[in-house]
Amino acid sequence: MATIQGKTGEWEMVIGLEVHAQVISNSKLFSGASTAFGAEPNSQVSLVDAAMPGMLPMLNKVAVEQAVRTGLGLNAQINLTSVFERKNYFYADLPQGYQISQYLHPIVGEGTIILDLEDGETREVGIERLHLEQDAGKSIHDQHPSQSYIDLNRSGVTLMEIVSKPDMRSAEEAGAYLRKLRTILRYLGTCDGNMDEGSMRADVNLSMRRPGEPFGTRTETKNVNSIRFVQQAIEMEARRQVEVLEEGGEIRQETRLFDGMTGKSRSMRSKEEAHDYRYFPDPDLLPLELEPAWVEDIKAGLPELPDAKKARFVETLGLSAYDAGVLVADRDTAAFFEAVAEGRDAKLAANWVIGDYFGAMNKSSASLDSAPVDAAKLGGLLDLIADGTISGRIAKEVFEEMWESGQAAGAIVEAKGLKQISDSSEIETLVDDIIANNPKQVEQFKGGNEKILGWFVGQVMKATQGKANPGMVNQVLRSKLG
Amino acid sequence: MSVDKDTVAKIASLARIRVDENQSEALAGELSNILVWIEQLSELDTDGVEPMTSVVSMTLPLRKDTVTDGGYPDKVTANAPEAAHGFYAVPKVVE
Repeated sequence: MATIQGKTGEWEMVIGLEVHAQVISNSKLFSGASTAFGAEPNSQVSLVDAAMPGMLPMLNKVAVEQAVRTGLGLNAQINLTSVFERKNYFYADLPQGYQISQYLHPIVGEGTIILDLEDGETREVGIERLHLEQDAGKSIHDQHPSQSYIDLNRSGVTLMEIVSKPDMRSAEEAGAYLRKLRTILRYLGTCDGNMDEGSMRADVNLSMRRPGEPFGTRTETKNVNSIRFVQQAIEMEARRQVEVLEEGGEIRQETRLFDGMTGKSRSMRSKEEAHDYRYFPDPDLLPLELEPAWVEDIKAGLPELPDAKKARFVETLGLSAYDAGVLVADRDTAAFFEAVAEGRDAKLAANWVIGDYFGAMNKSSASLDSAPVDAAKLGGLLDLIADGTISGRIAKEVFEEMWESGQAAGAIVEAKGLKQISDSSEIETLVDDIIANNPKQVEQFKGGNEKILGWFVGQVMKATQGKANPGMVNQVLRSKLG
Repeated sequence: MSVDKDTVAKIASLARIRVDENQSEALAGELSNILVWIEQLSELDTDGVEPMTSVVSMTLPLRKDTVTDGGYPDKVTANAPEAAHGFYAVPKVVE
């Protein structure tokens, strides 16, 4: 358990996160306007989204399906009856004067997420609920000295608000929670998880307490749009609260705004009054009833999720928990690894994917799609190691060449004559030569200096440009010297 | 339950309706009367009765996820008191 050392003793953070995740769908939650990112202002707005009088909301089936799929992926309770309510507040980018949301009866209830922490430990965090709601429009404040510009393209786009239980105790855990949630959403295909485009945003609820004592008063820091900023906001707000509490002050329950540019947060006083949302069931919409058979269908169509995939990699492929965790963190990476490992030594495949392949990708800032070496080519290289054609050391050289030229491993080995020398008579002749020419080193070895063996191996490798089969060289040397 | 002048002022402010000081006394009385009238409903015993959400027997219809609307920014902003560069232009909202 991580604690903060204050002047008067230890403090513990209590963190809960509310994540707004934009649902992947073609059209909006209650209208047929497009959800595509980056369109001309107000070009993806229906009269429903602009709240023209007399317009009626019509619920999008895929939006509902995505929420159910996400709920199932979080091992959560699916509520067969849920209710849309109006959350009333005034803001320039909310033309209806209310947001259609779910309040007392959300579509998804309690679930769990398993965090993968840095030290390889795992930790369970509870999900309180998930509900569907409309996004608001976008306000732009910096284009005109006395006016704000409003774009309603985002107005009415489907959001899932995913609320955790106050189960996290450090900024690290909050980061791990967001990463894991994002991974699950991407596996499910329900949200693209791109925080820089605003498709995933987090509100941070934080309070401090003495270890073992009841929860203190919390503050909410709104709309933090990267994992790094969430962690910064937590560290900062925790220090601020400890300072206030240790000076005998009280924490005010308030909404705060984090500025990523300055790394500071401040109170949003204007929101205080607005907190009286006067929820009531939306009279334009009946309760949402789900057919149990439909939910079952959605469940049957779920992909293998990261936790299950990780367990399989460890149990049936024999990978370490750490390697398995790295490989399943991204759905495409996991698929790439599986393609490379198919019918081959899985541990060797994991080492190559995580080590050399990721290394080359980072260095050349390539993606899996744009990388010059695909899964089949990397597999071809591993085959050459497996059947003894090349040594692991030469393979690294071949791989670099593959990355440069995009050629297959076999072609490079052939063209450059890199084939491993596994002919024992050839190696024996070499070893005989070296032994005959270096009596001093032979004496040292016979005198008990085992380390000198490495020097002999080096000589053989030098003579063969690294192509001699290392296992065989060792064996021959030992028998000739011994 | 009865409503006082302060509650009237708060509700009016949340609803962005201007209510003059001299109206609020009368409004408080009217709103209180409405609440008293509604409260009579609670005299009924509704234990074990499911809330009714509609008088017609139908469930919430769902539509297909296809793009069928939008593409008319001029129409969207046609009634705006002011628009610029395709945006609604409103008095600056300073946070």
